[in-house]
Amino acid sequence: MKLGLPARNPKPTPPPPPLSASLWLLATAAVTLGPHAVTHLPAWLSAACVLALIWRAWALRTGAPRSHALLVMLLACVAALAIRLHYGHFFGKDPGVALLALLLCLKQHEIASSRDIRAAVLLAFFLQLGLFFYDQSLPVAALALTGTLLATVSLLALQTDRFRPTASLRLGGLMLVQAIPFLLVLFVLFPRIPGPLWGLPADAHTGMTGLSDNMSPGSISQLGLSEAIAFRAEFSGTPPSPPQRYWRGPVLTDFDGRTWRAATVGSDAQPSVVVAGPAHSYRLTIEPHNQRWLLALEHPVSADATVRFARDQQLLATTPLRSRTRIEIVSHPEAVAGLSESRAVLERALRLPSGSSPRAVATGAEIGRNSATPVATLQAVLDHIAGLGLTYTLRPPLLGENTVDEFLYTTQLGFCEHFASSFTVLARAAGLPARVVTGYQGGEINPVDGVMVVRQSDAHAWAEVWLPERGWQRVDPTALAAPSRIESGLAASLPSGDPLPLFARPAMRWLRDMRHRWEALSNAWNQTVIGFSAGDQRRLLERLGFSEPDWKALTGLLGTLSVALMLGLFAWAMRQRARRDPLDGTWQAFCNKFARKGCPRLPWEGPMDYAERLAGRYPRQAPMLRAIARTYARLRYGRASSRHDAEIRELRTRVRQLRID
Amino acid sequence: MLHIPANRLLDAASSIILGKREELRLALTCLIARGHLLIEDVPGVGKTTLAHTLASLTGMQFQRVQFTSDLLPADIVGVSIFDRETSAFRFHPGPIFAQLILADEVNRATPKTQSALLEAMEEHQVTTDGQTYPLPDPFFVIATQNPASQIGTFPLPESQLDRFLMRIRLGYPGAEAERALLMGEDRRILLERVDPVVGSGDLAQLQQSARQVIVSERLVEYVQTLLSASRQDGELAGGLSPRAGLGLLAAARAWAMMDGRDHVLPEDVQAVFPYVAGHRLHMTGDGRPASAATIQRLLHSVPVR
Repeated sequence: MKLGLPARNPKPTPPPPPLSASLWLLATAAVTLGPHAVTHLPAWLSAACVLALIWRAWALRTGAPRSHALLVMLLACVAALAIRLHYGHFFGKDPGVALLALLLCLKQHEIASSRDIRAAVLLAFFLQLGLFFYDQSLPVAALALTGTLLATVSLLALQTDRFRPTASLRLGGLMLVQAIPFLLVLFVLFPRIPGPLWGLPADAHTGMTGLSDNMSPGSISQLGLSEAIAFRAEFSGTPPSPPQRYWRGPVLTDFDGRTWRAATVGSDAQPSVVVAGPAHSYRLTIEPHNQRWLLALEHPVSADATVRFARDQQLLATTPLRSRTRIEIVSHPEAVAGLSESRAVLERALRLPSGSSPRAVATGAEIGRNSATPVATLQAVLDHIAGLGLTYTLRPPLLGENTVDEFLYTTQLGFCEHFASSFTVLARAAGLPARVVTGYQGGEINPVDGVMVVRQSDAHAWAEVWLPERGWQRVDPTALAAPSRIESGLAASLPSGDPLPLFARPAMRWLRDMRHRWEALSNAWNQTVIGFSAGDQRRLLERLGFSEPDWKALTGLLGTLSVALMLGLFAWAMRQRARRDPLDGTWQAFCNKFARKGCPRLPWEGPMDYAERLAGRYPRQAPMLRAIARTYARLRYGRASSRHDAEIRELRTRVRQLRID
Repeated sequence: MLHIPANRLLDAASSIILGKREELRLALTCLIARGHLLIEDVPGVGKTTLAHTLASLTGMQFQRVQFTSDLLPADIVGVSIFDRETSAFRFHPGPIFAQLILADEVNRATPKTQSALLEAMEEHQVTTDGQTYPLPDPFFVIATQNPASQIGTFPLPESQLDRFLMRIRLGYPGAEAERALLMGEDRRILLERVDPVVGSGDLAQLQQSARQVIVSERLVEYVQTLLSASRQDGELAGGLSPRAGLGLLAAARAWAMMDGRDHVLPEDVQAVFPYVAGHRLHMTGDGRPASAATIQRLLHSVPVR
């Protein structure tokens, strides 16, 4: 017998999300993960993510059924295992972000309801934030913002069954614009954490380029083609002329015949130079290079941050530079360094490796014997080098065992490190204490914002010679072969046919112009947004009258301001609504009047129903209330009359004059 | 004034069917809006009397068809019979060629017969043996259904229910009305003495005027939001169709006119909404018709701006 029982209902499943939401979520994932893939994800993981997203796009396009939950689960487990194997651990930001990136891709295949889309969007928001663990530059911020907009549109797509992309994009953009006041409040008030954004020591700082603490033939010419910015300098007065732009970096004293290395010297809290002459005051913004040295014009005498002054006149930070660092420096170009240099230092600056480059050592020794004074010796060494007819090139031939001999007397083609190294060897052989100094020479002033930009291609090596009574004196032997290198930069001094950095080529004028603008913009971003430090925050708050703000005061201020902003936005929205139409405003005023008496209009209540309800409560005003409601209803829903505006004014007067008792 | 004949009709009808002024007003609204009416109720509460009353008061030609399981389509629309004298088929029109038809217990007939009626309702004409015959104007169908006894019935499918503009229930009369009913004259006898209050020309004019009642942009927005809310409601399976939206506006226009207004207010829409939407909405899950509470909640979820 068949019983007429209703079929057993399966557990009710929520309706699937609209296709448009799934598509926008897919785009969100692509835009969010793209920069991750470029900056840090291992290639195999990027490929897996791309495959997962393409698979999802295909499934959405063909309307294929949702992938089996077990399959997705299995893929997630395999991928997690692979990530564990790749990084060796699960702790720290790299494996964490990699895992989340992968889960965002796999989550796409698990979407069955609106709830899943919301969860995936939250994950995407977090990964957009995670971009800043790796890169805080303007393009990445723009990409993160685009991702945020797409994610917002994905959420909007859930809210409507008639999805229009342009309208939703506009609405999403408007919502982000409305968030700007909150962004500003958070930016200014959120407590700053010192150190890198995601301070995990194991994997935080790797792969930075720049000078190193040793120099061998070829190590600086490698940098010659790099357009990366080493640091920027903003001068408060006139910047020094191009030939004076010597930015001192690591000082190299020890030589083994091929490689120059820095000697270990002590450092003090005060500079060891004798101050003389005028000063340059400037603010340096150094890109991170994971080493302690700073760069400064000769010779730094004071700096605003905690720095150390090494006894070889290097300026050192107290910790390696792991993030972009700003520092105010005052330098005196005419200051005298090393007047009372210790005997040990001078002896070390005379040491030569035994048996290396015998011809140069012999020549130097002969020059030393034939000269009467140290100054004459120096001049004789320089004359000797100038007399050899050496050529300056970015592509020097490889050198063998006796690097100095081969360069001076055989190949005669070299870059600045060859000149500096050879000169120092000759000078030492002639009995002059000498050392190699590396750093940057030059710098270009960006016409857009007037900031001097120094690039890796400006890296340079020169020498210093110690003369009695005069201390350490800078000697740049490169100038002997290529004086224009010092006067007008690398491009002018290389023989034609040598490869040049792209932007240094004369034909690339417009490109250079664009780069100037872009770099000025990035610098402004770095200085004002990224560089907004705990100190800046404190100074700003103190100017606003908050002395000694601690985190409690900040949190309180943050909360208060957020609430105030919310209320402000709310009031603005209410005003906008009322202002849209004078008739609406009048009716709103009528309703508000009774709402204040504890009898608000219910949202779904029409005008006549509301008036009837009010009439029951205020019988003495009943005729007036009904008349107002009737007039409003006619004006709002009835035939448009020629006296429309006048009638609205009359109605407004009646509402205003209405007294409730 | 436009609404005076309509109100005269209402007053006259209320004097015959006691204590049912609201239901009568809805039935008249349906008539003026040129829609068809479905009455769902137990027997003996005055469904037939209501149909009779409307017919008598408007002077419409009345036909009653009792639906049974062996009723055939031809029993409604009519049949062509061979006439030996003229040697040709002659069409004998069925009861549907009247102005007001009471289709009593419409759910007792087979779907085939039901659909013959519903097609005629929709198209205002009858086609048989390749020949099309227009139906009279005005043409108003009142169908009744008995919800209590479901054995051996064919409930109207949802698509057919959509053909009725409104569905109302009469319910038992109030104590006072019932007392008057029991003490007073037999309604049928009373009806025979009733004279039409309006002529059929007046009725056509009422219908014409109702169509000219103003529907402002803001009101269309309101109705649209209401329709969209019905489609997005989690408790309801499917929402209201565009045809339901048109019906809602037509009914609201007629309702506004009976109030003496030349424009529709949200209140008019709210007044007719439960009767226009009730038989078109179903709950998710068991598919029962939407409850009155659900419909009220739906109305309350849409703000009037």
